[in-house]
Formats: sequence, structure tokens, C-alpha cells
Amino acid sequence: MSGTAHAAHHDAPHQPVFVGKVKDKLDALFPKYPTRMACLLPALWMVQEERGWISADAIAEVATVLGLTPAYVRGVATFYTMYHLHPVGRHFIQVCGTSPCHLCGSDEVMKAILQQTGCGEVGATSPDDRFTVVEVECLGACGFATPILVDDDFHDSVTPERVAGILARYP
Amino acid sequence: MGFPHPSHSKETVVLSKYFGDADARTYAGWVKRGGYEALKKALGMTPEAIIEEIKASGLRGRGGAGFPTGMKWSFMPKGDNKPHYLVCNADESEPGTFKDRELMRWTPHQLIEGCAIGAYAIGAERCYIYIRGEFTEPWHVMTKAVEEAYTNGALGANVFGSGKRIDIVLHRGAGAYICGEETAMMNSIEGRRGNPRIKPPFPAVAGLFGMPTTINNVETLTAVCHILNRGSAWYKGLCLSSPKSTGTKLFSVCGHVMKPGNYEVTMGFPMKDLIHDLAGGMRPGRRLKAVIPGGSSVPIMNAAEAEAALCDYEGIVAQGSMLGSAGFIVMDDSADIVYEIYRLAKFYAHESCAQCTQCREGTAWTTKILERILKGQGKREDLDLLLDLSEQMTGKTICVLSDSCATPIVSGIKKFPEEFDAYLSRAKAPALAAV
Ligand SMILES: Cc1cc2nc3c(=O)[nH]c(=O)nc-3n(C[C@H](O)[C@H](O)[C@H](O)COP(=O)(O)O)c2cc1C
Ligand code: SF4
Ligand code: FES
Repeated sequence: MSGTAHAAHHDAPHQPVFVGKVKDKLDALFPKYPTRMACLLPALWMVQEERGWISADAIAEVATVLGLTPAYVRGVATFYTMYHLHPVGRHFIQVCGTSPCHLCGSDEVMKAILQQTGCGEVGATSPDDRFTVVEVECLGACGFATPILVDDDFHDSVTPERVAGILARYP
Repeated sequence: MGFPHPSHSKETVVLSKYFGDADARTYAGWVKRGGYEALKKALGMTPEAIIEEIKASGLRGRGGAGFPTGMKWSFMPKGDNKPHYLVCNADESEPGTFKDRELMRWTPHQLIEGCAIGAYAIGAERCYIYIRGEFTEPWHVMTKAVEEAYTNGALGANVFGSGKRIDIVLHRGAGAYICGEETAMMNSIEGRRGNPRIKPPFPAVAGLFGMPTTINNVETLTAVCHILNRGSAWYKGLCLSSPKSTGTKLFSVCGHVMKPGNYEVTMGFPMKDLIHDLAGGMRPGRRLKAVIPGGSSVPIMNAAEAEAALCDYEGIVAQGSMLGSAGFIVMDDSADIVYEIYRLAKFYAHESCAQCTQCREGTAWTTKILERILKGQGKREDLDLLLDLSEQMTGKTICVLSDSCATPIVSGIKKFPEEFDAYLSRAKAPALAAV
């Protein structure tokens, strides 16, 4: 079970991400691509893995490390839905809602998740900051409806009855 | 094999033979099952001979367009002294499709082997496998398998002592259906927004990093291993109907069937058997209403069309739709066609990269109009408006996402007019709450 790192406070000074092991990981990627810019998606993933979300300061750091401008990095980051440009709850839940899963009852799964996490509505974070729940498009597992992702863990064939058991694993 | 269901006697199990068999995931397990023999054989052939073999097999791309694979490979320039790239499309995001996920999660070495053969055939030393960001499990399985392949000399500077260099780099997407489009994928690998590029230039001329590039789907590349092992004549012989559609194919069947899963059958297999027998048919007391067979981007079929269709590129066209990515979205008589089409339009509106006006505006407006109909606020003219918008969204944009949104709408209105009428006449209660 993988927990996303806690959301950092807005006002804390930015601690560089690309130092030590994380820097080594990024450096190891450079030979795999002919340009530094190509390491942008992986670099953004590294930030998110370390910090739970990608702050404006982190965007500026990525830009410096890869020789890009912050505006460019932000432009790319905003294109992709999986990068969190705002803090999210400790656990991030993605529930598929596209037609194949809708046919198989994804609405009921979503309802159960919203209720039991205390999020109340799609896109919200629970008052205890434990969960953020979003609806996403087809997760490529339509034969295992309804799939949900909790952080990096993929759960297949989720039914409203299974929700409580799954949530209990994410304190 | 429709994992987790056991293999069905009517399946022709080639690519999916080891689904559910965890030992096949390891290098040693794969070798024990005859793995990497195809790559060794390929390294003893000339690239031209491999391309001829693939051409002769009749293999067509499994990513959606069905372009002949051998021909695609032959477009790559020779002796140009530029780096060439192979890109493996593992972005699988087309609603209804979930076959590449299973191929990667159970048989990662099958894909690595196919990529290595493809790379060698097109003169590439490097292959990028672009895996959608949400595929966390396939990502971990593939990462481990690639490491093992390097350790065992199946990848690296001197593949199996042949003197040939082949590297595989896994690249993780970050949530964007459009990155499955080949030129958007190249932009995404380059560290850009995933906007499709205008063609020409075609990827074989100027693709990834401006270099000659071939892009193939996961299933296409895995099939290559078996063609080399067993020969093009064998593969070509796997054909139940049109000679233009050969081999086996994984059909992802989902929605209202008792046993959703990936079923591997010979091209030309009857759709009726696939749905009613292999996938377990409808739930008790239910009957088939509709199938969208190509993933969601193709015309919707009514029950009669679906039950008459043969599952290959030509057979599905003959019944008014397209094979596409072969993800069958099955709907029984409880399904609300208008709602499901609305939900698909919403999908396309969410996924449009927004660089073409017709697509950006068209996907958003068709969604809003369908929403209005579902709220019980639709007007008769709305159907004409939808058809008119769809017309303007078709054939006019940089990529076909725009067309893909229009297709289910147009075919839905044509084939299920009574379902729209029920909302327009207020005979049916609104499916969405009016605000
Ligand atoms: C909007 C859009 C999305 C696509 N998504 C995928 C995808 O998820 N996987 C895939 O293999 N091909 C996808 N394709 C098709 C690719 O552009 C490309 O044709 C294919 O990967 C080529 O491989 P093949 O020749 O082996 O089929 C998509 C195309 C479009 C227009
Ligand atoms: S058709 Fe849509 S998704 Fe395709 S390039 Fe144009 S705006 Fe982007
Ligand atoms: S529609 Fe839900 S996983 Fe495909």
C-alpha cells in the first residue's frame, strides 16, 4: 500500500526536490533521451511522488533543472490531469465514470465512496484531509468494472459493498 | 483468454495463453515457455526479411486503424544514418478497451520481445514504451521485466551476442486520452503538451525528436513474436472470413455481459458467439440492445447488426460499424442509449486537446445539448442541431477525436430514434436533474 506524501503547507519555504537520491534518479534518465526537455514528464512525477503535489516553487525548480522556463513547465503540467497543482488529501481516489463502467453501476460505487470518505461531492477533499475523490475517464479496465485507483493502488471490480474494506486500508 | 475466466474451447489462444500464470511474468518463466526464441531468430535474419515475413502474414495494426504492419515498417528510410525510433503505444484509454493492460500485466516479456524485434526491423536502437499514467500495475511489471531483460542480455549494447544494440525506455503518461494518438504521443515523450501534430510529415519521415519513427500498438508487437516463431503462412491461415483480416485478435468485451473479459479468437469469428457464448451472454431476463464494438469511437450497432457481424475489419464494416480497437461495449435492454451517448460525448469533451475549433466547440456543445435532452428540456430541433454539429465535426480537424465524438451520436440518433423521442416528448422522466 503506497501512501502519497503529505500535502505541504502553502507558506513553508520551498525545499529543493532534486537533491540526493531524487537528483540521482533524474540524472540517470538524461542518457535515455536526446533532450533534457523530454525528462519533463518524469521530473514532474518525481516531484509529485516526493511532495504529494506540484507547487509553483517546484515548477520553477523543475524549469531550472531542465533548462526550461516556469511558464513552459506550467503549460505542460496543466495539460495532464494526473498532476496535482494544488494540495490534495492524504489519499487520492480516482473512480471511473465512463459509459462501460456506468453501465455496470459506477454511479453507486461513487456514491458509496463519497459518503464513506466524507467528501460529499466529486472533486472535494474530506474535512479530515484524509481523502480527495475525483471522477476520471476510462481507466482501461472496463472488464473489471468498477476500477478505482487509490494513490498508486489499482482496485478492480469494486462494488459499493467493498468500499468500506478498501478505505480501511488507507488511514 | 478471458482472464479470470478459464480459456473457452472456441478461443484460439496465442497471445493470451499465459494470462493468469504469474510464472510467465519472469524472464526464466518466459524462456521456459519458449520465450525469446523469436528474437534470437530475428537477429539471425536481415531487417528486410523480417519485414517481408510480417507483410506476408497479413498482420494489421491493433491500435485502431488496422494499417498493415509490414508496410508501415517498410516506410522507414534505409541507410539515412539518422537515429530511428520505435514507439510502443501502451496508452490504452479508448473506452471499452482493456487488452493491452492484460498483455503487459501477464506477459511483459512477450511485449519486450516484440518491441526488440520491431526495433531491429526498422533500424532503431531505442524503443520507448509509452504507458498511461493510471496503469500502475503494468508499469511495475514492465519495469521489473525490462530490468531482467537487460540482466539476461535480451536488451542492451549487444543483444544475445549479436552485436546489435536495442534499448527499451518506459515512459509514463500522466492522464490524457489524446496521447494515444501517435503524434500527440511523440509530443508527450518530448516533454510537450499532448497536442496531435499536422501530418505530413508522417512519423516515418519526421517523428519523435524529428527522426524517422514507427509507432505500434502493444498487441501488434506481441503478435510479431508468434509470426516469427511459427511463420507467416501459419498466421495467414488463421482466418475465418475476409482474407484481409488474419491472425488472432483479443476482443475486450464489457458492459452488460455475464463474463466480461478479453477473448482471443481467430479473425472472422461470429460476434453472436463472442457475446452470447464466450462472454456468457446477457443477465437473466435481459436481451441484447446495442453494441459499440470499436471502443467508443465507432458507430453503435443495434442487436440485429451485432448478431449478424463477423469479427474482423471487413465484417464489422459490413454491419455498419468499425472494428477499431475491438473493445465491445455491450448494452442490454436496461441501458439508456441517450445517456450512454451523452456520457461518451462528455468523455470526448473532457479529452479534446482543444487546438481545433470544430473539436473544442463541437464536443462541448454536443455534450450540453445531450444534457439538456436528458434533463427533459430538449427541443425537437435539438436532433437536427446535433446532426449538423456532428457533420461539422467530421473530417475537418487535425486528428479524428472530433469525428469519434460525432460518430456514436449520429449513429445513435439514426438507429435508436425512439430513445431520443421518449425524452423529447416528455414520455420518459428526465435522467438528469434540472438545475
Ligand atoms: C484520439 C486517438 C486515440 C488513440 N488511442 C490509442 C491508444 O490508446 N492505443 C493505441 O494503440 N492506439 C491509439 N490510437 C491509434 C494510434 O494513433 C496509432 O494509429 C496506433 O498506435 C498505431 O499502431 P498500430 O499500427 O500497431 O495499430 C489512437 C488514435 C487516436 C486518433
Ligand atoms: S481533433 Fe480535437 S483532439 Fe484532435 S487535434 Fe483537434 S482539438 Fe485536438
Ligand atoms: S470505462 Fe471504466 S475502465 Fe473503461
